[in-house]
Amino acid sequence: MNVTIIRFPGTNCDLDTANAVKKVLGIEPKIISCKENKIPKSDLIIIPGGFSYGDYLRSGAIAAREPIMDDLELKGNQGVYIIGICNGFQILTERKLLPGSLLKNSSLKFISKNVELKITRNDTYFTSKYQTNEIVNIPIAHHDGNFFADQDTLDSIEANNQVAFRYLNPVNGSLNNIAGLYNKNLNILGLMPHPERAVDIRTGTKDGSRVFESALNFYST
Amino acid sequence: MDIYESHSINKEEKELLLNYLGRDPSHTEIGIFSVMWSEHCSYKSSRHWLKKLHTKGKQVIQGPGENAGVVDIGDNQAIIFKMESHNHPSFIEPYQGAATGVGGIMRDVFTMGARPIALLNSIRFGEFTHPKTKFLLSGVVAGIGGYGNCVGIPTIAGETGFDSSYNGNNLVNAMCVGLATKDKIFYSKASGIGNPVVYVGAKTGRDGIHGATMASGEFDDESEKNRPTVQVGDPYAEKLLLEACLELMQKDAIISIQDMGAAGLTSSSVEMADKGKVGIELNLNNIPTRQQNLTAYEMMLSESQERMLMVLKPEKTEIAKEVFKKWGVDFAIVGKITETNNIVVSHNGIIEADIPIKFLTDNAPMYKRKKINKNKRNQKSQPIPSIKTKDAILKLLNSPNLCSKKWVWEQYDRTIMANTLNDAGRDGGIVRIENTEKAIAMSCDVNPRYCHADAKIGAMQAVAECWRNIISMGAKPLAITNCLNFGNPEKPEIMNDFVETIEGIRDASIVLDFPVVSGNVSLYNETNGVAIKNTPTIGGVGLIESIGVLDNFGPLNIGDSIYMIGKKGSHLSCSSLEEVCNGKSSINPPEIDLNQEKLNGTGVLELIQERIITSCHDISDGGMIVAICEMIMMDNRGAAINIVDDTKMIGELFGEDQSRYIITIPPERESIFEKKMKKLGVKYELIGCITSSQLKINDSIVISNNEIRDAYESLIPSIMNNRA
Amino acid sequence: MKAIVYIRLKTEVLDPQGQAIESALKNLGESTINNIRQGKLIEMDIEAKNIKDAEEKIEKITKSLLANTVIEEYSIEIS
Repeated sequence: MNVTIIRFPGTNCDLDTANAVKKVLGIEPKIISCKENKIPKSDLIIIPGGFSYGDYLRSGAIAAREPIMDDLELKGNQGVYIIGICNGFQILTERKLLPGSLLKNSSLKFISKNVELKITRNDTYFTSKYQTNEIVNIPIAHHDGNFFADQDTLDSIEANNQVAFRYLNPVNGSLNNIAGLYNKNLNILGLMPHPERAVDIRTGTKDGSRVFESALNFYST
Repeated sequence: MDIYESHSINKEEKELLLNYLGRDPSHTEIGIFSVMWSEHCSYKSSRHWLKKLHTKGKQVIQGPGENAGVVDIGDNQAIIFKMESHNHPSFIEPYQGAATGVGGIMRDVFTMGARPIALLNSIRFGEFTHPKTKFLLSGVVAGIGGYGNCVGIPTIAGETGFDSSYNGNNLVNAMCVGLATKDKIFYSKASGIGNPVVYVGAKTGRDGIHGATMASGEFDDESEKNRPTVQVGDPYAEKLLLEACLELMQKDAIISIQDMGAAGLTSSSVEMADKGKVGIELNLNNIPTRQQNLTAYEMMLSESQERMLMVLKPEKTEIAKEVFKKWGVDFAIVGKITETNNIVVSHNGIIEADIPIKFLTDNAPMYKRKKINKNKRNQKSQPIPSIKTKDAILKLLNSPNLCSKKWVWEQYDRTIMANTLNDAGRDGGIVRIENTEKAIAMSCDVNPRYCHADAKIGAMQAVAECWRNIISMGAKPLAITNCLNFGNPEKPEIMNDFVETIEGIRDASIVLDFPVVSGNVSLYNETNGVAIKNTPTIGGVGLIESIGVLDNFGPLNIGDSIYMIGKKGSHLSCSSLEEVCNGKSSINPPEIDLNQEKLNGTGVLELIQERIITSCHDISDGGMIVAICEMIMMDNRGAAINIVDDTKMIGELFGEDQSRYIITIPPERESIFEKKMKKLGVKYELIGCITSSQLKINDSIVISNNEIRDAYESLIPSIMNNRA
Repeated sequence: MKAIVYIRLKTEVLDPQGQAIESALKNLGESTINNIRQGKLIEMDIEAKNIKDAEEKIEKITKSLLANTVIEEYSIEIS
């Protein structure tokens, strides 16, 4: 299985994500700079968290317009699996590969804590190792995680069953408590929580590992 | 006011300067002298006394005098750490002041070749109800988080305190801990005549001109008008600079490297040349600038952030340039190392400064200021007002200094790097060293109430409490850094407190083998003549050899026995109970017996390492009962406490006697525990046991978990979340 | 030529910063001010043949980068 992680200037979860992939899957992922023209052949592409371009202008806005994103969009349309975590989620919405947008938290503050999430469905590439409606515990750490979409978009997200994770309790003002969601084809996932920080019980929770295990599960079968 | 006075150079210093140079200085030279001779850079009031600190130990690789201190943690790895104050800038502009404080301390650590792995802070504000406190607290916390979160370093522990003495001078002390390879540590000593001096990082603007002199003067009501001198931080630029520097450090190109902190280009170039006993020549036309028409004076004094100065091996210059280009960071050759022992600065073909370096460093003014011992002690304890024990417990938990600081630390990213094993809310923070079984425990501590009452005891207590917190996390304490925050040293009683503080830190660090490896002094923390309580913040690190000992250590198990290590409490004067119930505290802090401290702590560490106990928490502010409440809140458990003699209940619950811990033990291990403690000669007391919920004392006092939680967690949000 | 782009959240998007400013003003006793919306202003120099040409260029970069039209609206001023 080939896993590629894209690093932008200001990305700061690239090494954590690479370590998590190594620990959970025993695979050495490739970290590439966003200045490369093309993404190497990959089964899974991860856009990790951080503050790409300092979050200046809007979180994810400048990264979403990097040339490498043309290739990412192409691969996404071809069905390659893509996860955007935290800032990666913001980049994917800015690129309009996922619907909606992530606004400042309703508290106007950065929030760092473990939150309970409900798994909406377990029939996707990213969640087969979870149970539907299972409650898991994964850290969040963000300033702009307040999911917003206009009513029509929100209705269509729900109608298509595109929500991947919901906060069990309101955290940041997200509409419908959306913590993560898929594109229509279910091959692109964006989520604010950090599964890569939840792969070892010694750091508090292991509930994030199954995102990666689900991907491997799919690949192996 | 003449030009010297406006540069905070007094008459005697002016004479000295003229005498050294033998001619009139240029404007740029006056600027250079003024910052190098400022308290902040020259330590002119404190230098003499700082030499008395205990700085040695077999774990120490580098003590004070470099960008940060270095300790050995085995396997060719080293921990590099330091704490620094950013008090004055944070009072004027809390967000940027705190943010740039974090940025500056991070650079001190990665300059030496370490990747930062954790941040801590100690922040103090005026009275909780003071009109400025809310504004300052929210700005400082957002600034600390804004910078650390963006660079991607977890902020894992710290302390937040309130006291009226900080009404006009809040404190922001930030600490950074980094991990380096022991044989790849970088120092600031310049060498190699003719070698290129290179500037990397953000462009120079007019920010912060005279920050160092501002940090060395008292405040008055005019100070708030000084806003333009506050620097603005760019954590994004810092992240790129960090990655570029760490990459270059793998390429054997750097001879010496120094962060441009206070007094910017001036102090970095002078310090590098001074350490190497060489001269340095700078051509300011090559400095990357953000604005046009900066003068030599402005460039030498600018405190623009996120900049470094390096001396490179000439043959590696091109490689270095490529690395910085890749990260999008400015790189410019701005001068060279010379054999003159002078700093020579030219701009537009004109020599703007030419000063023998020793005049700016070794021969800078040094004062052994007058000190007077005004013995404040011997005040009798004030009577504790009759208050029901239950109400007293809830009142303490709901007081600004003891209540939960969750509102603060939830704004700090504590889980990034995915190695945080323990964070805010416990005794301190622990981060694992990636790819090893090792972990580093850290804590920041000081109790200004004790320090105000007795500077020496307060300082010893700060070191001891830090030691205790690190022990409580299962780590062997290694070394400390400090931030000595005081008022005006020209006042003899403040100077006296300063000297006693140094003695206290020295004594404690000798007995506990907990040497000082880095630190910083912040004086003149006064507004309109009112000084802060002396606040010698101590930041310590300790080593956990095998994180396996922490498995099943921490969470409370129902049915485990609760023991106290140390003697029963009784000392109520100068306690939190006294302060919270009487509104002021008497000048008689608890004594501290350092040998007892060492004995108890060593015993507790063995108990953790041998997996005899299941949890541990030190007893500090608020006494035993506050420690127990904190423990049960963390895990949502209860406790049943037994106090044999009702008449001694208040002392036992709230007394702040030192060198004590609360531990929990499964019943089947009690006999091993007792045998071990007897053998070591450590005193202990059975206190009670862990239950599923509520706090019960002698069946007569019952407090529900909801009552405790509400008291403990509601105070700060109730003020801060009210948008105004 | 000089161009200024004003960007703010669409009226249907919650603006907590605007609300915070408003409640701060109310706390200062300013009761006559309502419905505060805050935003940002981006100014730049632009080389263009005429105002229309400039407007077109600015419109293009605003749509493509400066504003996120999912949540933001904008107006452009050329002088």
